[in-house]
Amino acid sequence: MKQPILEITNLHAGVEGKQILKGVNLRITEGEVHAIMGPNGSGKSTLAAILAGREGYSITEGQIHYYGKDLLEMSPEARAREGVFLAFQYPVEIPGVNTTYFLKAAVNEVRKHNGLSEYDAMEFLNLVKEKMKILHLPEDFLKRPVNAGFSGGEKKRNEIFQMVVLDPKLAILDETDSGLDIDALKVVSAGVNKLKRQDNAQLVITHYQRLLDYIIPDFVHVLFNGEIVRTGGKELALELEERGYDWILKEELQTA
Amino acid sequence: MTTATETIEGFVKSEYKYGFFTDIESDSAPPGLNEDIVQFISTKKNEPEFLLEWRLKAYRHWLKMEEPKWPKVSYPKIDFQKIVYYSAPKRKGDGPKSLDEVDPKLLETYEKLGIPLRERGRLAGVAVDAVFDSVSVATTFKGTLAAKGVIFCSFSEAVHEHPDLIKKYLGSVVPYTDNFYAALNSAVFSDGSFCFIPKGVRCPMELSTYFRINAANTGQFERTLIVAEESSHVSYLEGCTAPMRDENQLHAAVVELVALDNAEIKYSTVQNWYPGDEEGRGGIYNFVTKRGLCKGRKSKISWTQVETGSAITWKYPSVVLQGENSTGEFYSVAVTNNYQQADTGTKMVHVGKNTRSTIISKGISAKHGQNSYRGLVKIQKGATGSRNFSQCDSLLIGNKCGAHTFPYIEVKNTSSSVEHEATTSKIGEDQIFYCNSRGIETQDAVNMIVNGFCKEVFKELPMEFAVEAQKLLGVSLEGSVG
Repeated sequence: MKQPILEITNLHAGVEGKQILKGVNLRITEGEVHAIMGPNGSGKSTLAAILAGREGYSITEGQIHYYGKDLLEMSPEARAREGVFLAFQYPVEIPGVNTTYFLKAAVNEVRKHNGLSEYDAMEFLNLVKEKMKILHLPEDFLKRPVNAGFSGGEKKRNEIFQMVVLDPKLAILDETDSGLDIDALKVVSAGVNKLKRQDNAQLVITHYQRLLDYIIPDFVHVLFNGEIVRTGGKELALELEERGYDWILKEELQTA
Repeated sequence: MTTATETIEGFVKSEYKYGFFTDIESDSAPPGLNEDIVQFISTKKNEPEFLLEWRLKAYRHWLKMEEPKWPKVSYPKIDFQKIVYYSAPKRKGDGPKSLDEVDPKLLETYEKLGIPLRERGRLAGVAVDAVFDSVSVATTFKGTLAAKGVIFCSFSEAVHEHPDLIKKYLGSVVPYTDNFYAALNSAVFSDGSFCFIPKGVRCPMELSTYFRINAANTGQFERTLIVAEESSHVSYLEGCTAPMRDENQLHAAVVELVALDNAEIKYSTVQNWYPGDEEGRGGIYNFVTKRGLCKGRKSKISWTQVETGSAITWKYPSVVLQGENSTGEFYSVAVTNNYQQADTGTKMVHVGKNTRSTIISKGISAKHGQNSYRGLVKIQKGATGSRNFSQCDSLLIGNKCGAHTFPYIEVKNTSSSVEHEATTSKIGEDQIFYCNSRGIETQDAVNMIVNGFCKEVFKELPMEFAVEAQKLLGVSLEGSVG
């Protein structure tokens, strides 16, 4: 029997006194790919940030459980070590810190947490070399400082590369497709699909349907005004692509 | 809800682990400064006449000088009559002939500081001269060095054993007229280190001086003189600590380096004087003049400094590039945390043809720290075909600190080139969160970013000290989680 990985119950949250999420419910089970779609300002990125543990949001109601544990009680680094991964919409530049060093530190934090021995430089290089090929990353990539001077596409590929290396239980992709051309989109999607297994899950947040041509979701949720207003299969994404968000909003208003 | 900024600031609360005081009987001059005190110091040290004359000239010149007002630092006026200019741990008889005669309390002090002086525990491959308040208490590995013809001893000893060398080189790079603090030092300096590397010798080990201020209300005025003869090579390191006290203490040192043809001197400093407390009480005023003279052709002088301590730092390790094709380098990391202030940088004075200089300066400011880079690149008319490259980067942690850059560039010929690059960046909460979200704790993230920022300088330090410097930087910038 498959285990639930993430259970969000009646989540209300906001920032600086402004209510953004108004009762989100979401349950993600092992082996599933979920997509959250919605217009700008619907609360998609807020949800991603809260899941990763960014400060500055106040949770006014509701709960989040991750493998049965209270996720909101965990520090961001504890979440990461337990297998939560957020691919940032806007990856941060860290000049002076090279990518190998950074990623090795991250991988070893997870290994320490799991009671495993830390990788030395050679072991780590062997691990990442294979994975770099998947993402079509250039050789010198590991030597460059984290995201510093990277193009938008390179930054996004670096996020997915980190995800592939860290092999999380729950991967959250926050608008990873924004700013990517079609070739980069394919490369990134291939990376994400490679990660998919029966014992993990992915939560793909996107504004556009086109990413879902390459990453096929089991469930599509429409987030609007801080609530999930509709859930369906992958065909819901196509319908949104064709008709926009307006028709859902109209139906919402009628039923309200 | 705590903001990320507060969290970061929590990490910059530092704890100074060298703040203990050694209760040892000392032999001190009364506070105050006049010709009698200068005479007293000279007599105490049984100095030759020429040195006393030199001291008195320096003192008389100092009286006519004024404290420099141009640095971007502020502090209450120093009362030079309240300072004790000479303090030495009391000795039995004429002074220790060997380590067995050194007060065990002193040996313990150095052991606590991680500088074991006893034969067994000595740092492998590093010869140490230990200076306690005003005097040198011990120098290790003298025999090994002497076999190669290398002289490494306390300044006082050199005055007696090698008066000709002292006479020839003392004040030859930093004359007593140079500046207010150099003049003061020249009048009252009590001890320090002397190194002489003869022609063609590559010094077989790192040389190092460890300075410790212990007594209260005492100023430390030491001089270091390093002479590298033709085609010789030496790497030298100095370290410094002091007890935690509420009063400020003055440290005004002078370091002179002379490199002859094809000689190379690498001078590294890890400065960790007591920086004062979180409120800015106490700490050392570190007003130091350091200058190297590339006297010979193809000589090279390289300064590397990691400055984490002192309430106020005022120092500009400089190189006068006199010999043709000589090279000067300055690599610096300066940290100002809490209420520390630093006005530091370098002067590269190009005199000879085809001379090269490189300046890499990294300033890190946290809390209310104020960090200024001040540098002069001067290319004289005759220094044709010369080149300089300067890079000054500042890193800010939190939003109450400051970083300032004052580059001065003077080029008097048309065949030389000067490049200057400067950046200012901030450790942002976004960067910290990004690291957190990859499983890396905030403290490790700050260290990682700071070390990354400084790595160009750390790689210039001798290996064993690079590791120390990284740790020291971590300690200076860490504390309880906010």
